[in-house]
Amino acid sequence: MKEEKSDVRPESLSGEESPGDRFEISRRGFLKGLGGTAVAAAVFPKAAVSQEGTLRGVSVGSVTLRVNGQTHVIPRVEARTTLLDVLRNRLDLTGAKPICERASCGGCTVLLDGKAVYSCSILAMDAEGREITTVEGLASNGRLHPVQEAFVEHDALQCGFCTPGFVVAAVAFLQENPNPTLEEVKQGVSGNLCRCGTYTRIFEAVLAAAEKMRKGA
Amino acid sequence: MAVIPWKPPAQMDYITKDNPRLDGPAKVTGRAKYAYDAIASKCLVGRMITCPYPNAKAVRIDTSEAEKLPGVKAILVEEGKVCRLAGEFVGAVAAVSADIADDAVRLIRIEWERYPFVTREEDAVQPNAPQVHAGNERPNVRVNDPDGEGDVEAAFQQADAIYEGTLSTQVQTHTCLEPHGTTAVWDENLEHLTVWASTQAVFGVRNDLAEFFGLEPHQVEVITEYMGGGFGSKLGGGYIERMAARLAREARQPVKLLLTREQEQTNSGNRPSARARVRAGATKDGKLIAFEAETSGTGGFAGGSGFPLPYIYSVPNWRRQHTDVYINAGNARAMRAPGHPQGSFIMEAVMDELAYRLGMDPIEFRIQNDPNETRRRQFRELAKRLDWDRLWKPGPDEGFPLKRGMGVGAAVWGGGGHGSNAEVEIHPDGSVVVRCGTQDIGTGTRTVVGVVAAEQTGLSPEAITVQIGHSTYPQSGSSGGSTTCAGVAPAVKVATDNALWELFLKVAPVLEASPEELEAADGTVRVKGDPSRALSWKEACAVLGQESVVGRGRNDRSLSSSGTAGVCGVDLEVDVETGRIHLRRIVSIQECGLVVNKLTTESQMIGGVIQGISYALFEDRIMDRMLGHQINPNLEFYKLAGPADMPEIVPIVWMEPESLARGVIGMGEPPVIPVAAAIGNAVRNAIGVRVNSLPITPRKVLAALGTEV
Ligand code: FES
Ligand code: FES
Repeated sequence: MKEEKSDVRPESLSGEESPGDRFEISRRGFLKGLGGTAVAAAVFPKAAVSQEGTLRGVSVGSVTLRVNGQTHVIPRVEARTTLLDVLRNRLDLTGAKPICERASCGGCTVLLDGKAVYSCSILAMDAEGREITTVEGLASNGRLHPVQEAFVEHDALQCGFCTPGFVVAAVAFLQENPNPTLEEVKQGVSGNLCRCGTYTRIFEAVLAAAEKMRKGA
Repeated sequence: MAVIPWKPPAQMDYITKDNPRLDGPAKVTGRAKYAYDAIASKCLVGRMITCPYPNAKAVRIDTSEAEKLPGVKAILVEEGKVCRLAGEFVGAVAAVSADIADDAVRLIRIEWERYPFVTREEDAVQPNAPQVHAGNERPNVRVNDPDGEGDVEAAFQQADAIYEGTLSTQVQTHTCLEPHGTTAVWDENLEHLTVWASTQAVFGVRNDLAEFFGLEPHQVEVITEYMGGGFGSKLGGGYIERMAARLAREARQPVKLLLTREQEQTNSGNRPSARARVRAGATKDGKLIAFEAETSGTGGFAGGSGFPLPYIYSVPNWRRQHTDVYINAGNARAMRAPGHPQGSFIMEAVMDELAYRLGMDPIEFRIQNDPNETRRRQFRELAKRLDWDRLWKPGPDEGFPLKRGMGVGAAVWGGGGHGSNAEVEIHPDGSVVVRCGTQDIGTGTRTVVGVVAAEQTGLSPEAITVQIGHSTYPQSGSSGGSTTCAGVAPAVKVATDNALWELFLKVAPVLEASPEELEAADGTVRVKGDPSRALSWKEACAVLGQESVVGRGRNDRSLSSSGTAGVCGVDLEVDVETGRIHLRRIVSIQECGLVVNKLTTESQMIGGVIQGISYALFEDRIMDRMLGHQINPNLEFYKLAGPADMPEIVPIVWMEPESLARGVIGMGEPPVIPVAAAIGNAVRNAIGVRVNSLPITPRKVLAALGTEV
């Protein structure tokens, strides 16, 4: 797989005043502080600059993420930075939305090794070495995923802000339960919220998608 | 050219039919770019600085520590600002990442002069309560002029049944999933500002920013291709847009500024509370003859709390006195059908209680007192759909622990069209572009534009290129009051007809006909009544040679109307052991004149019902009395209805010929109105005792049951 560097931030943001140059502290010390020496090597395979800093234990390093089948090396990511933040603000994958940013709405849902997770509540560095799929990665060769298709056909969206989260959650749910009942669908998408009020349309869409997928669409 | 009426619904291919959203694929793939997505990686992140106290003034500000923090690019704080709620904005910072912006906010030292505060209505009205607007003359209470007609006292003498009670509703916050936010970019010379705004009013934001920065309107470009819900809270340009633009100017870099969830919940609008002490009387023959109400409500530190009473029913003798109460909490803004759900919850409870006291069927009693013919027919249809005659009993239900009950409510709304313009270009290659500066707030406006142009040109909606959400397109009104569809659809129709006329002028000689004899239908341009004399759409457009044709149009009142009727019915069970409510089925019936897109109209109805469920059972802004903070400014404790709470929802769009003939009427708001009222009435029907306040929580159900024995 081709490795590509894709720090898309313009010069002005990643230039000399960037936090990366000033906040560096010893990664090892930082992780030790967290009682995490054992994982240090795994988290930061290529130990970069190591220089004692002063600021509140912030640590910065490059993170390598596999997103939608592509490898991205993202420099200057703080240890505290969430996966959602990196996807949106470094890779411009803005399908996942920041809505509550504390694991209660599902708007930021992505797949991590095939399982639905809230990307607002996962650190970017913890997603290293995992296979990440965002809503942008579901359609293949310009063809919508059956779940996406069913969402459009059944008008399971209004403003659309919660929609990527629901679509990804539904895809993960149908992988586990390809032949669900209505009650199971309700439970299956219960980790997500919608304010416009699309739930019953979403149930219809998920049931329709399940049927399509069983028929091999 | 004179305005041509809509064609008869029977001859329509797209209008009145189900049309999937044109932007559905963009939304389900994550391609749709919202205000905060537009240039996500290429801008600084802005963060608001908020006041931690409910009534305070920022007297001294020290930003030196924050300025030293690497990565911080701009800090703006308003020294001297007086804040009337905990969470009021006092400034903002911009930094290279959200985390660093948060760090900067924490490093800013503000010295506050604190004043006493009050966050409960019952405390605010006390004679020596702390003053909400400390330091000026503004009192906590505003008594409105009394309203009414007839002789109320005399009428009560005639009444055979009288109901007296106190009913109330909570403060509901809009809780847009996309918080208020903006991305702002200046050109090098600070002469042109581009703003991606999450707004219901593209032109409102443009005008506000132009005025604020002393620019001409054309120097400000506002883009709202997509926005994640507003419900009335995003109707004007304001502090957030200005602040984002100021930060961007200061930092000389693009800035995106999005409220945090906590800020969105505390300080971006709400539906005011309502409280009513009511007394109402009716006669044996089922006539409502007397009504009086003393009402109040709070819109926070600013904003009224009015709501309509006695709402939709005719009462010859009534009296009403309303008082606005102010508290140190977030201020009210228009929220989906402002005032109506409150008025409906109160009035429909009154109607049911009178019907019970008279021993009448609640639907029959309503039909006798509702002046609107359409709604009377809708009530009959609703009874049929709910199997009311067989299932409804006066209650309480005998079942244990589940008691079944049914209830209804009704709504009225305007929905007349706002001023709107549109422009249609037909190109020689056959492509059609429609431009209109409206915005799609989730209701499906983009698709409405495509559907109308498709209907007029005989092409499919997908074949139309729809361009909306941009202040350089023809001016259109804000999306408030359900005025968009009835403003935009007629404007697009007229513009399309005008563009077609230009095309017909060119094509007529080729078909050896006069332009008046031509029509565009089924993908052709042809002579009316003689389909053999036809050109395919592409051939016809090719006649244009090098020159595209352009048609312009504006909303014409002959194509739209206003005033809609709707009703709602609920079938539910109450578990008297746990107090939990299990919704079984909700039927919503809504009139909206000429239905432009049936599929998305139904979605609006479903959305209204779901928001109504959420309002009826879950949502409640809770203020801490001692600290003056909102206790639940998040999505865990400010509860929205979730997937598992859903009953079967049946949306019925009223498609009677007389209604379709009225022209387009907006309907985004009314379906939410009667839902809480109908749920409240169904609970009363099930358990035989009324829960008098929203939200109807299990605890309140159990408490109400306790009062019965
Ligand atoms: S934004 Fe991640 S769960 Fe809400
Ligand atoms: S479609 Fe708007 S929040 Fe779900």
